[in-house]
Amino acid sequence: MNTHDEERMKKLLRQALPPVNSDAGPGRDLWPDELRRLDVRSSAASPGWAWFNSAWFDGALAVGLVGFAAFLPASLPVFLYYM
Amino acid sequence: MQNGASDVLNQFLQGDADAFEAVFRQHQRSVYGWILRIVRNPATAEELTVETFWRIHRARARFDPAKGFEGWARRIATRVALDWLRTKRTERELSIEDCGEVAAPAEVDLAVTAEIRARTALAFGRLPPKLRIAVTLAVIEEQPQKDVAAALGISVAAVKVRVFRALRLLRKDLEEQGIRP
Repeated sequence: MNTHDEERMKKLLRQALPPVNSDAGPGRDLWPDELRRLDVRSSAASPGWAWFNSAWFDGALAVGLVGFAAFLPASLPVFLYYM
Repeated sequence: MQNGASDVLNQFLQGDADAFEAVFRQHQRSVYGWILRIVRNPATAEELTVETFWRIHRARARFDPAKGFEGWARRIATRVALDWLRTKRTERELSIEDCGEVAAPAEVDLAVTAEIRARTALAFGRLPPKLRIAVTLAVIEEQPQKDVAAALGISVAAVKVRVFRALRLLRKDLEEQGIRP
């Protein structure tokens, strides 16, 4: 592709996709969205939230195991063997 | 004024929430405008502006006030837009209608039909994202190659190479569709 072809391709491209209006600003205030994003990401990453998730999962696991042992007591020795 | 701006940036570096809001309000328009040039869709540009400032907030420890905020923010914004193009490339291709909302009126060459323009826009949408960003900023938006290079984190020579490769791919794509540009 020579320089002439390159210039022709550039011209065609500008006609197909005109430049955007460079003075266009956002249609609304984006700060509330930014605050929401910061809150969501920081609460998901906070140790308190992780502790809650972990505690909830551990509790559910313990209840499940107790229930399993109550309904099938014969499985307890097998379970203890694999612990 | 300069001292005030630099004070705000220093406070932002230390994690001050009010300083971050001030930085956000001062630069959101330019960051949005830069992203809009790349993605050419106002709603997406708004979404990516929020993502850019979130990344700016997260990476504030790496900000060097001596190098200026604008260039650093622009580089992060470009990376965010590139990630978006990579994700959305298969889902959405550009057409002239997509650009109508934000595009300035084009100088129409009567020899170039609407169909050729539409096919060119579609071929442009099929370019690899890295080439697409380079050609968007350097050719369509006519930004200085130095600024494009800084935003992409590459040399000016590399920008020229990417633009050349993009134009060659576009030409090949159009020729395969039976159009001789």
